[in-house]
Amino acid sequence: MSALHIKKGSTSHSAYNLRPTFSDVEERHTLAVLVENEPGVLARVIGLFSGRGYNIDSLTVAEVDHTGHLSRITIVTTGTPQVIEQIKAQLGRIVSVREVHDLTVEGRAVERELAMLKVAGQGDKRVEALRIAEIFRAKVVDSTLSSFVFEITGTPEKIDALADLMRPLGLVEIARTGIAALLRGD
Amino acid sequence: MVIQALKDQGVDTVFGYPGGAVLPIYDEIFQQNEIRHILVRHEQGAVHAAEGYARSTGKPGVVLVTSGPGATNAVTGLTDALLDSIPLVVLTGQVPTFMIGSDAFQEADTVGITRPCTKHNWLVKDTDKLSGVIHEAFHVATTGRPGPVLVDIPKDVQFATGAYKKPAPEKSTYNPQVKGDNESIAELVAAIETAKKPVFYTGGGVINSGPEASRLLRELVEATGIPITSTLMGLGAYPASGKHWLGMLGMHGLYEANMAMHDCDLLIAIGSRFDDRITGKIDAFSPRSVKAHIDIDPSSINKVVRCDIPIVGDVATVLEEVLSIWKSRGSKTNAEGLTRWRSKIAEWKKINCLAYNGSTKTIKPQYALERLEALTKDRDRYICTEVGQHQMWAAQFLGFEDPNRWMTSGGLGTMGYGFPASIGVQIAHPEALVINVAGEASWLMNMQELGTVTQFDLPVKQFILNNERLGMVRQWQELLHGERYSHSWSESLPDFVKLADAFGAKGILCKDPADLDDAIMEMLNHDGPVIFDCLVEKHENCFPMIPSGKAHNEMLLGEADTQGVIDSKGSVLV
Ligand SMILES: Cc1ncc(C[n+]2csc(CCOP(=O)(O)OP(=O)(O)O)c2C)c(N)n1
Ligand SMILES: [Mg+2]
Repeated sequence: MSALHIKKGSTSHSAYNLRPTFSDVEERHTLAVLVENEPGVLARVIGLFSGRGYNIDSLTVAEVDHTGHLSRITIVTTGTPQVIEQIKAQLGRIVSVREVHDLTVEGRAVERELAMLKVAGQGDKRVEALRIAEIFRAKVVDSTLSSFVFEITGTPEKIDALADLMRPLGLVEIARTGIAALLRGD
Repeated sequence: MVIQALKDQGVDTVFGYPGGAVLPIYDEIFQQNEIRHILVRHEQGAVHAAEGYARSTGKPGVVLVTSGPGATNAVTGLTDALLDSIPLVVLTGQVPTFMIGSDAFQEADTVGITRPCTKHNWLVKDTDKLSGVIHEAFHVATTGRPGPVLVDIPKDVQFATGAYKKPAPEKSTYNPQVKGDNESIAELVAAIETAKKPVFYTGGGVINSGPEASRLLRELVEATGIPITSTLMGLGAYPASGKHWLGMLGMHGLYEANMAMHDCDLLIAIGSRFDDRITGKIDAFSPRSVKAHIDIDPSSINKVVRCDIPIVGDVATVLEEVLSIWKSRGSKTNAEGLTRWRSKIAEWKKINCLAYNGSTKTIKPQYALERLEALTKDRDRYICTEVGQHQMWAAQFLGFEDPNRWMTSGGLGTMGYGFPASIGVQIAHPEALVINVAGEASWLMNMQELGTVTQFDLPVKQFILNNERLGMVRQWQELLHGERYSHSWSESLPDFVKLADAFGAKGILCKDPADLDDAIMEMLNHDGPVIFDCLVEKHENCFPMIPSGKAHNEMLLGEADTQGVIDSKGSVLV
């Protein structure tokens, strides 16, 4: 009945591969999300990421305005520009989300993370660990004859670098907070 | 307190099912007469009935169910309403606050389970906050992009007395943008003025925006003469008898509608979301058009298809602005281009894509719907459907002249939706003719609601196109799986006439095309619920069809087209 030519053979993209024509270069973005501090709000945000298959590289959350009942969630995520736009729009749809800021595009942001590293060892290694900690301006917050706990604040890269150096010197445990970020200037 | 809040929200009907955790609220219901409670036979039925009520009135549907199994039974309906943006307020009972977390009898983490399938939900642990939350629930369900919300109320909170607050929507922190950006609107108007091959692609958002949106859409279409197509969810916003109507688009949409989408140079999406049933193969979707998109939900824009002119706002508000700017700039269109475009479309229409082989021996489903249309179209009519081939045929063969007259499960494709939805519609419109076009398999999924229908004397007409097959599944197996019909036939079907009789409804069986008109008239003339068992051709396929992974211009029009068309890549799609 039809005069249509129906091509055979494979199609390059499926209808479920929803963004085939968009740039597929992944970018890393830091988002600041102000939310109403109510039960379940973090589950809403995390559920959005898991339910729609987005990445979370880092996530921190704490109340920032007690009287206004507001918490600030800082999320570091990676995705193509279209995915990042979707993430922001989807976050904006959540009823308890008040504001979504993309610190990566809104201006230059200061990003800091806090970490604690436990380094165990004796002799030269112990001295060397202390010396390196000083170079990184890490503080000693606990000390025994055979171990230190260092506290360091800095960019994630700086913390990575310190951890790399401490590993051969007896790094046994590390706890990191994830990133907190603010825009520079006013 | 709960009932007072519902009254202050103007609620006249609640669909529900009682249980231990909602007894205090049921006690309140017992002691008043302003709010009518419709006792369904399954909580899923309550939610779909509320959807039918909401979709046909524009008001939010209200549901009341108990904790645990009552709440989990509501989940399918909530998901359905979320995907189709239907405003619902669902109240669930919960075990008392001091027992939460103890795996108490009929305890379920209702807010946890329903978080991804509601627009928002609340667990209320303090009676003083209860009325405020219920009012906020109505505000959230109906503001912005509508959707289902849920309020979980522990039993001790229901029993306690607390401070009652009147509705105060102006105090809410939830206030989505409704007014479109003027610069983008002006850009759209400029595009309308010069486009040679423009097309409107409208969706359920137009209907959700309210009757004014449909009125403005009609005015804009008539004034500009731009052809218009719609998604399944948007049918009725522009009348099927309208001069510029192309018919539905998408996987089972009309040839002329899909070809117009493919070939257009300006695509104006209004309250539609570029669903995969609509776009087909995404990188071949409307390849040469400038795309404008009006939607109240910013996340719909650029989600699937890159948009050139994004306009975030309420459809009615934006269309009013589009019209006024277009008029103030002199009501211009590219007349020459449009004339050529319309004659191109007229050529496509000549293909007559809905043609089918008639039969004098068996009732063709298309024929059954043609006759149903002819015999009911002048009545005050509401149509619901289940999910499957019959749904697509209903969308193709019935004409919708007004919004809010067509209730179907679009986004979720929920078998079992139509029967309870028809109950909700009939409750809202007691005098109207309410027909559920059903497939036998879907209909059985919520057939227990026959009890509701006879209890409340609801004259709904269940028009079952009985092909004794899970027809849509069978069609896919024919096209994709070498005609291996794995579990896609309806075995051990009940005798629908006897079934109707058993519940106190009327049953009609029809299998001869020559008897069809009389049988339909008998159904229409019966003042009460009817189950119409229409035995139709068993292996009829629904065309046109865009196979998964194919482009709009690769549509199949009939049996002859179907040999080996869906390749292995396409077959992984649903
Ligand atoms: C709850 C649910 N389960 C399964 C499906 C998958 N499905 C889609 S259509 C269909 C067959 C429907 O058969 P019927 O209601 O008889 O309609 P027909 O296609 O025969 O007109 C099935 C099983 C679905 N959409 N919903
Ligand atoms: Mg069937």
